[in-house]
Amino acid sequence: MALLSNTAVLLGKELRTEFRSRELLTTTVVFILTIVVLFSFTFDPSVSESRRFGPGLLWLAFLFAASLMLQPCFLREQTNDTLSALRLSVNDPFAIFLAKLAANTFFLLFTQVLLLPVFSILYNVPVLAAFPQLVLVMFMGSLGLSVTGTALSAISAQARMRELLLPLLLLPLLTPVLIASTEATAALLVPNPTMRWDWLGFLLAFDVVFLTALWLFGEYLLEE
Amino acid sequence: MKRKILIAAAVVVLMSLAAYGSLFVAPTESKMGTIQRIFYLHAPSGMVALLSFFVCFVGNLAYVFTRKPKWDWLGVSAAEVGMAFCTVLILTGPIWAHPVWGIWWTWDARLTLTFVLWLLYTSYLLLRTLIEDPDRRALISAIYGIFAFLDVPLVYGSIRWWRTQHPQPVIMGGPGSGLEPTMRKVFWFWFLNLVILMIFFIRERYALEAMREDVRTLEREAEAA
Amino acid sequence: MTRPSFSSTGIRFEKIDKRYGGLYALRRVSLEISAGECVALAGRNGSGKTTLLRIAARLARPSSGAVSFLNGSGESSGMQPPAGFVAHATMVYDELTAEENLLLFARLQGIAEPAARAATLLAEVGLLERRDSLVRTFSRGMRQRVAIARALLNEPAVILFDEPATGLDPQGVSWFAQTLRGLRDSGRTILMSLHGESEVSTLATRAIRLDAGAVVADTRTGANFRSILAFANA
Repeated sequence: MALLSNTAVLLGKELRTEFRSRELLTTTVVFILTIVVLFSFTFDPSVSESRRFGPGLLWLAFLFAASLMLQPCFLREQTNDTLSALRLSVNDPFAIFLAKLAANTFFLLFTQVLLLPVFSILYNVPVLAAFPQLVLVMFMGSLGLSVTGTALSAISAQARMRELLLPLLLLPLLTPVLIASTEATAALLVPNPTMRWDWLGFLLAFDVVFLTALWLFGEYLLEE
Repeated sequence: MKRKILIAAAVVVLMSLAAYGSLFVAPTESKMGTIQRIFYLHAPSGMVALLSFFVCFVGNLAYVFTRKPKWDWLGVSAAEVGMAFCTVLILTGPIWAHPVWGIWWTWDARLTLTFVLWLLYTSYLLLRTLIEDPDRRALISAIYGIFAFLDVPLVYGSIRWWRTQHPQPVIMGGPGSGLEPTMRKVFWFWFLNLVILMIFFIRERYALEAMREDVRTLEREAEAA
Repeated sequence: MTRPSFSSTGIRFEKIDKRYGGLYALRRVSLEISAGECVALAGRNGSGKTTLLRIAARLARPSSGAVSFLNGSGESSGMQPPAGFVAHATMVYDELTAEENLLLFARLQGIAEPAARAATLLAEVGLLERRDSLVRTFSRGMRQRVAIARALLNEPAVILFDEPATGLDPQGVSWFAQTLRGLRDSGRTILMSLHGESEVSTLATRAIRLDAGAVVADTRTGANFRSILAFANA
């Protein structure tokens, strides 16, 4: 199917471009690290306190990082007007969005998985026991961040003050993702970790709603 | 012009009746006392805010599919009116809560949703100021408006669900829950009034936006000539 | 250039309006460009040349009116590969190599044997030795060559150029003129916006001038070729 093959080709381009320069990944990792460290000064990181506040702070850090990391998504297509070249080359403009959101999900998940051990050490919260489940939760959360973030990146790229605008547009919208991901993560960091399939189901519903909205309206965001 | 004055006068009369009703007709609530009367403004404001945002959503959808500017005008008008009622809700909440329960704010589902709505639609209005071309502005903000409104049930659902697992003392009763008959009548009268007020404000704002577009078009044509 | 495997195609603009808010970028533009013509579009900045080209490229939608492509007998042809479009921006990725760029767009367009096609085009524009260099390292002239290669990937019958000679040194302009001659002589229909007389404008078979979004002069209806181009920069 042309949509899937176009998406695959474009995804390859997104990944190749990023792994060549690693700019986004590096800055995102450092940013999350900074927030995680700063947060540790705001409360006494005993084990019980960390278990209470840790997941929320972690996801807050991921949210902030995402709202910064997603800014260049469509802006970089404006530099040489490569967006026009893409629009001329693909049949269905949704492929452009799909590829970008897949790439963004991957980048976000990558940074999160990288930082989970760091968080674990700094806050004395064990993560090994439930590591695969944590990765699943982070994947679903990242998907939610990316679906909305990619769409809003296309929106804010058309306005002035776009760097400030994206976090402003994105963060309130992501309230459900923050709640669901935090709850699911918290349940995995206690002595008897349990998988909150209800919250994961909720995240799935969130993703479906916004992916559908993006599919319906995305092409209008790209037209002239 | 005359018609507008008549309508405005009717609105003033109705609101006065409503105010009278809430202050003198409705019985004093046994536990909370007089301050509870602000509930007649608080709860319907929330419902009307949501109604306004729904009207905005309809305008947004209509614009995306028809591209007629009038739907954009409806969208921005309804969003601004919704913001006004939203602000009323956020302001009256603490006024009510503090004397009665000793706290200014609580993060229950309804209040949190209100705050998030307030942020979302502030963003909507801010986004509009940052796009120059009227057609792009209408389309882009319409799509954001659609996303924002789709988020509303998700925000409410997630907070409510979360609150069932981390319960807080319920302090603000739902509309009509445990309301004595006279109170209920005053409540719905207020709701009706605020809906009329909402329609009135939206219509005025819509007319203003239509006029603004006319002026801008004339300015541009004069410049080009 | 390569032996053409396209069918000759004309362009018809029918009462094209393009509005941005209350401002008209194009006003009731009706034009018919016959297959094989090489048309120079002249006009001041802001006269609507870029808008018209982007509408022809199907990147922008007209507010009203329609653009269609015509087959040999002058009727609208349904299925049509998109026109090749070379804008002032390069429309290629700086962070990819020349070859990677062409491969990307070839694969997206579903071109058979993308690697071979990319290599062929790189050779034709004289960039084969630089195929593995990042476009970021290219000069303006070389970037334009990549842009042209990209536009030719799907062997379009129609090619649109938006101010192609701008920013090129005399050598670059010569190269472009030579390339343009080849494209024209192979039977392709060409519409290009220009800023004045040059080596490039001499290759045009027709000239049209736009002013404030409307067609004000056309050599087809008797206007003078040189005078159309001479006023372009006024």
